[in-house]
Amino acid sequence: MIELISVEKAFGDNHVLRGVNLSIPKGTSMVIIGGSGTGKSVLLKSVLGLVRPDAGVITLDGKDVTTGDRDAFLARFGMLFQGGALFDSLTVWQNVAFRLLRGSLKRPVAEAREIAIEKLRRVGLKPDVADRFPAELSGGMQKRVGLARAIAAEPEIIFFDEPTTGLDPIMAGVINELIREIVDEMGATAMTITHDMTSVRAIADHVAMLHDGVIQWTGPVRDLDQSGDPFVDQFISGRATGPIESVR
Amino acid sequence: MILLSPLGALGRATLQTLAAIGRVALFAFQAIGHMVRPPFYGREFALALLNIGWLSLPVVGLTAIFTGGALALQIYAGGARFNAEAVVPQIVAIGMVRELGPVLVGLMIAARVTSSIAAEIATMKVTEQIDALVTLSTNPMKYLVAPRVLAGLIVVPLLVAVGDVIGIFGGWVVATGSLGFNPATYLKNTVDFLELLDIVSSLTKGCIFGGIAALMGCYFGMNSGRGAQGVGKATKGSVEAAAVLILAANFLLTGAFFSL
Repeated sequence: MIELISVEKAFGDNHVLRGVNLSIPKGTSMVIIGGSGTGKSVLLKSVLGLVRPDAGVITLDGKDVTTGDRDAFLARFGMLFQGGALFDSLTVWQNVAFRLLRGSLKRPVAEAREIAIEKLRRVGLKPDVADRFPAELSGGMQKRVGLARAIAAEPEIIFFDEPTTGLDPIMAGVINELIREIVDEMGATAMTITHDMTSVRAIADHVAMLHDGVIQWTGPVRDLDQSGDPFVDQFISGRATGPIESVR
Repeated sequence: MILLSPLGALGRATLQTLAAIGRVALFAFQAIGHMVRPPFYGREFALALLNIGWLSLPVVGLTAIFTGGALALQIYAGGARFNAEAVVPQIVAIGMVRELGPVLVGLMIAARVTSSIAAEIATMKVTEQIDALVTLSTNPMKYLVAPRVLAGLIVVPLLVAVGDVIGIFGGWVVATGSLGFNPATYLKNTVDFLELLDIVSSLTKGCIFGGIAALMGCYFGMNSGRGAQGVGKATKGSVEAAAVLILAANFLLTGAFFSL
């Protein structure tokens, strides 16, 4: 279980997170929604330690994430980045097997390659993609490779940062389905940030809305349309007027 | 108040400079720390050796040969003013080995390698590849910085040695081809005149300059701002800093080696 307690973060005068409280039970898929620039990425990166919060506590299974063995902590995570964040200098299979080629999870090259090709197949890519470089792939394919890399070491927790941004609606649908299937079959805990409502409905068990530095509303995805929260209502209906406009 | 304003600006600039020196020094210590502690990334180190060393050979060779040739022409013309044309081999040798070889190689590496390292790492930062490394349990200082700085320290002295030899060869070609020097005598005078200290100083400078060049590329890349503008600023800043630091270090090293 991931728990955030009164997490705050500011960049200069810009107070991005003003006391975020959120719990993500083990094995569930939490999607965090919110407008651009509301701190969704900062929140996600705070859990991973890529951003250090100014105040508050983040725990994983009851333990503060800033203490203990960092390698062992990170080994439990996989992450799909918004732009894929694939390493340009490495081939596709070397990207996917990155964790399996070095560090505590290192294994023989042939075995790592075999696992990489298996994971590529799982995300719908053929083995002939394995020896290509990321720059030779389309945006959708890069996203799939990023997804394959995120699941290569069978993590317990997977983070998805804007998984469908920049993709056409059909490819976005494919990625959403893949994410849902993979999270279900791995039994992983998932945390996704997005402002794509189609993704929310396809991926989420629970939804949390981040606005003005705090969680405005959280609940099961089935309650999203009857949340009774004016911020959530405006966001999911995509209305230009409402309480969110007043702070823009 | 009007009089105090420039003083305030001077004070702020001084503090910012001192803070920047502190950050670079801390970065350098961290890089050195990661060089000596496992895990070691052999592939990254080999690629850095290839990029900084082997692939820099053409530019280093061309720079050195033209500089050696021009040096021979200048020394011959200058020496002729007081009937000292015969010193061409000795002055070309000492000029190339003690100063021009290391400095020109250092500046060429700053232009070619520092900029490339800074742009590559800055782009990796902008596209979240550095964050991705961290989430894949890989320390970016260990994976990106330590191999490049170590490669710079090791391979640039070798480039300087090659540059020294090619520069002397450039002088030899010009001196024997158009200034009427005897080829064998020219080489004998060169070898006889050079001392061990000249060569040691040349290689030491190469080592320090290589370290500076790689370190500045990594530092500015890792601390790049956002977007294309951030990458551009990081690249420009890295080359400026590397070039100035190489020239300053050259002055200090020359003083240390030859003013004692």
